Amino acid sequence: MKAPKTHNIYNPEAECMPREQLRELQSKRLAETVKREYENVPVYRERMDAKGIKPGDIKSVDDLKYLPFTNKTDLRDEFPFGLLAVPKREIVRIQGSSGTTGKPIVSGYTENDVEVWTEMVARALVAAGGTADDIIQVCYGYGLFTGGLGAHQGATRIGAMTVPMSSGNTQRQILMMKELGSTMLCCTPSYATYLGETIREMGLDPKKDIRLKSGVFGAEPWTEEMRQRLEQLLDIDACDIYGLTEIAGPGVAFECLEKRGMHVNEDHVIAEIIDPVTEEQLPYGCSGELVFTTITKEGMPMLRYRTHDICKLDATPCACGRTTVRMGRITGRTDDMLVIRGVNVFPSQIESVLVSVKGVAPFYQLVVDRVHSTDSIEVQVELDEKMFSDTVADFEKIRNEIGEKIKSVVGISAKVTLVGAKTLPRSEGKAKRVIDNRKL
Amino acid sequence: MTIKQISVFMENKPGTMSKVTDALGNSGIDVRAASLADTQDFGILRMIVSDTDKAVKALAEAGYVASVCDVFAAEVPDRPGAMTELMKKVAETGLNLEYMYAFVSPETKDAYIVFRIKDIESAEKALSEKGIKLIGNAK
Ligand SMILES: [Zn+2]
Repeated sequence: MKAPKTHNIYNPEAECMPREQLRELQSKRLAETVKREYENVPVYRERMDAKGIKPGDIKSVDDLKYLPFTNKTDLRDEFPFGLLAVPKREIVRIQGSSGTTGKPIVSGYTENDVEVWTEMVARALVAAGGTADDIIQVCYGYGLFTGGLGAHQGATRIGAMTVPMSSGNTQRQILMMKELGSTMLCCTPSYATYLGETIREMGLDPKKDIRLKSGVFGAEPWTEEMRQRLEQLLDIDACDIYGLTEIAGPGVAFECLEKRGMHVNEDHVIAEIIDPVTEEQLPYGCSGELVFTTITKEGMPMLRYRTHDICKLDATPCACGRTTVRMGRITGRTDDMLVIRGVNVFPSQIESVLVSVKGVAPFYQLVVDRVHSTDSIEVQVELDEKMFSDTVADFEKIRNEIGEKIKSVVGISAKVTLVGAKTLPRSEGKAKRVIDNRKL
Repeated sequence: MTIKQISVFMENKPGTMSKVTDALGNSGIDVRAASLADTQDFGILRMIVSDTDKAVKALAEAGYVASVCDVFAAEVPDRPGAMTELMKKVAETGLNLEYMYAFVSPETKDAYIVFRIKDIESAEKALSEKGIKLIGNAK
């Protein structure tokens, strides 16, 4: 059952610091971090030397743009300990992710790094209404993956009764949730939805048999529609949390109960948005690639780490009282980006348009071509029962609506073609999204 | 009184039509009437068949989305000007005709006009007031 909206803040001094003062703190911590990186991490030193930058040149956040970027490939190339900035004996924890291909990536944490990460999650849980009176059920996997241990440490830190369920065994999750009276949930949004559906299938009433009031969900991108469904299914407040092993784990940014973007823990990281093609820094409010620089991390500090996630930053004041910048939902990955007639286009933008047009199934394909040196894009949309009609006019109406929405959202004209159900090629049940026929 | 009509979305690709009719023929479904509305990219095949539910199932198995809707079918006497008379009466009701097509019953050799008006309830009333004889699925 949803609780009345509260704006409790775990560390008001850090989270509500005036932005001027925060910037000063960030500048000081950035300068110290860059110095340590230059002195202790050969890759960082080589790259700074190549750009002719000395640690002393970096005096404030404004100088960030002169620094080289770090990529996921660097973590693979330097696996496992090449990016450590401290002697190995100071590392007290390794976390990592298997990744879907190739070598795993790992990050080493000093005692202080674990402490910082723990506080980040504690801030997130408090922002979602968590207190020492809560019973927090953690159904993220425990292990190298940061989800389980991250949520566990944060929940313990705020003094909540922590239930380390780990992932899987849905029936048992629900049994414990019911018997213990869990009040908060930490897992992926898709698993939370599955839990909600299963609770109902088991004949339980989320309003009576389950005592959840809120949840902190992350580790995968989700949409506002998913939030609404989840909140209704479990009768809770659903807050988003963002993180990545390379930076800390979950808690790098988190939503308060205003649910208007995730507050970035800016006393520990600096967030930037860049144009993924030109690599130029973009102002707040522009959509682009999210880049993080750690400014307190000791074990494996990250210098301008490219997340490949596309989002916006918003520094306008939040009703909760926190002054930190908020990151919007992840709307795409730079890996999927297409440049069409000079416009950056993400398949996820097209997908959001299709979802918003009533009844359109999310199976679609983008066909990009170049005719007489002009790029063209065709959006092929599979029909399903819901959008079916017996008149040509209805189909043309749907087609025009999709075309107009793409134009207003993405800023390009696309040819929209309706195709029969299940006619688009699929691999592993998913439609192949993009076919680029341009010969560049 | 209305009859059931099946509509199938068809891409403008060679062989689509024969795939649809094969799917129906192999399930022993008799197509009583058919009409194709087409644009540059796609078409809608509308049919009156002997067994609507079975046809929808057969089409779904063949990978086609079909929808069923209610249309009117009026018997037309076999004499010149009969169709004009019917169309005049429909026009007088002021109702918007989405589309129409005609077929001849193999059993009775009578001609029928199939037409679609979206607001079924008010159309039914207005058409009967005009003395238009509508038939049901039985025929
Ligand atoms: Zn807030």
